[in-house]
Amino acid sequence: MIDSFVVITLIKVLVVFAVLMTTLAYLQWVERKVIAHIQVRPGPYRVGPHGLLQPLADVIKLITKEDLVPPYVNKPLYLAAPFLAITMALLSISVIPFGPEIKVAGYSTLMQLTDLNIGVVFVLAVSSMGVYGIALAGWASNNKYSLLGGLRSSAQMISYELPLSLAIAAPLLISNTLSLRTLVEKQAGGILQWNVLHGPFPQIFSFVIFLIAAFAETNRVPFDLPEAENELVAGFHTEYSSMKFASFFMAEYANMITVSCMATLLFLGGWMAPWPAAYGSSFVPPAIFAIAGLIALYHGVNYSRKRDKYTLPAFGVIFLIVAGILLLPVVQAWLLPLFWFCAKTGAILFGFMWIRGTLPRFRYDQLMGFTWKFLFPVAMLNLLVTGFLVAWFS
Amino acid sequence: MDVILFLVFAIIAVVCAINVVVQSHPISSAVSLIGVMGSLAILYLLLGAEFIAAAQVIVYAGAVMVLFIFVIMLLNAGTEVRKGRSLMVQVLGVPLLIALLGVLAFFVQRLYPRSTVHFGGFRGGSALAIGRALFTTYLLPFEITSILILIAILGAIVLARKELE
Amino acid sequence: MAEVPVSWFLTLSAVLFVLGVSGFLFRRNIITVFMSIELMLNAVNLTFITFAYQLKQVNGHLFAFFVMVVAAAEATVGLAIILTVFKNRSTLNIDDVNSMKN
Repeated sequence: MIDSFVVITLIKVLVVFAVLMTTLAYLQWVERKVIAHIQVRPGPYRVGPHGLLQPLADVIKLITKEDLVPPYVNKPLYLAAPFLAITMALLSISVIPFGPEIKVAGYSTLMQLTDLNIGVVFVLAVSSMGVYGIALAGWASNNKYSLLGGLRSSAQMISYELPLSLAIAAPLLISNTLSLRTLVEKQAGGILQWNVLHGPFPQIFSFVIFLIAAFAETNRVPFDLPEAENELVAGFHTEYSSMKFASFFMAEYANMITVSCMATLLFLGGWMAPWPAAYGSSFVPPAIFAIAGLIALYHGVNYSRKRDKYTLPAFGVIFLIVAGILLLPVVQAWLLPLFWFCAKTGAILFGFMWIRGTLPRFRYDQLMGFTWKFLFPVAMLNLLVTGFLVAWFS
Repeated sequence: MDVILFLVFAIIAVVCAINVVVQSHPISSAVSLIGVMGSLAILYLLLGAEFIAAAQVIVYAGAVMVLFIFVIMLLNAGTEVRKGRSLMVQVLGVPLLIALLGVLAFFVQRLYPRSTVHFGGFRGGSALAIGRALFTTYLLPFEITSILILIAILGAIVLARKELE
Repeated sequence: MAEVPVSWFLTLSAVLFVLGVSGFLFRRNIITVFMSIELMLNAVNLTFITFAYQLKQVNGHLFAFFVMVVAAAEATVGLAIILTVFKNRSTLNIDDVNSMKN
């Protein structure tokens, strides 16, 4: 029994790690494409069809670059900082549930690496450790721009952690659990049961506060002051090159994925479909893939560029095959929850990119004033009202 | 298994704690202190205090130490200047501390010769149990700490504000 | 299964406490002195948690919780004081902050 547990866990770790690493690499490609299309450019286009092999080229470039250690840095901390950043960023994925309990070849297992009964607090704890990677990198680089970046990031992270925690606390009051799995199971049964719309006080305000604070926690535009290019060269990672730079980059994207997953689990019902399968929600994913495949086929037939004649029909066929797989009852039990989870998380990730392509950067005093004078009181008020109403109606 | 876990993290904690004391640069001390706190959090898990372990990482390692590192970076504190200190400290300091440690360890060994700890031996440290105790038995201290925190916030603002001429 | 004696935890706590005391007494940088205090508080917390295990009661966890909250408040005010001292005297050496002495 112990042996099968160990083997299943190892397989799950391998699968999750491989998928996460691929997602990290391709998220950057997706982001460049999205921003390019917002700015009416084609984006990466040279490596592979539609630039699809660009992440591979980037990885090769980063690995083969010279790994420079400037002579004036504080060496132990300088080397430890990127390691710390990437470790803390990848650690929190271990408690994120992607789907319900499934049965594969006679063994039943959770679609999650480990189910902690304090999962929410664990993610908070790990993400609060992530700031050290940036702060120590800024300090150890022994460079005034890096130091300013590190200072900014530590002040910003402490300040935005408060509204973030308060925004997380409000849906927890409604769901009455700290386990991420139970949290999702309590939101079963359609969109009206999700925490963002459900409860005595719909958590729409917490959701917005959570997203704003998450932007600041992950150092994304419009809160990317720690690496503001036009003021600080590259901020905390000015002195880093090659794989050490890549670890910071990967840490940022991994943090983005984590907060998107958290938003999905806390507010959007995790892997639950927006309406029950009795009303046909299980036909939506195949339909989406089928429509996408047909559009790709249509554009492949009426091609505007020569290479589209082969690439677009190929993708169309792949999409149609995926749609067919999603219709098979055997795999539906675990593929459909995974689809809904990925769709919700992906929508939030797209929001991250959309805002990066839309909003300018804050000034530093605006950033601090915004959280202390507006976000924090609003989150507090939201928590008070939620707590009062939950107590009133229970 | 439990013994190995304990020994590994106890040794990490002690080595980091020695590092806190002997490092000459405040930021190295701060990083070592984070190491102590992290390994203590894992020992708390071993003792069944899962909520306190998480709170230890969030509050101590994640907030208080970030504040320390922020201040060290803000003041750009250099290495410590070692000045002459009194003869008594030099001669008596370390022996006296070792004596204190010896006395403490002796009493501890005398008091608990047999009790042992194994993981899962105590399951009362969940967030539920702590929350219940906090809002029933310890309600008054809890409310008083909230006032204490309010006072601390006001004090910090008053101390750190710019002087109005 | 091998089990850890409770006294080991308490001894570890004593070792950490003594190290904190030594840092508090020997160091001259005000920030390091402050960090030594935090180290002592952590050692005390370990004792509380160990006794909570020994007595199978949750009260020890509550004490540790309150120690943490008070330590956070203390760190806020203490660091604000350090900032003010540095602003007025531009030193972090506690031996140089002695204007009340003479």
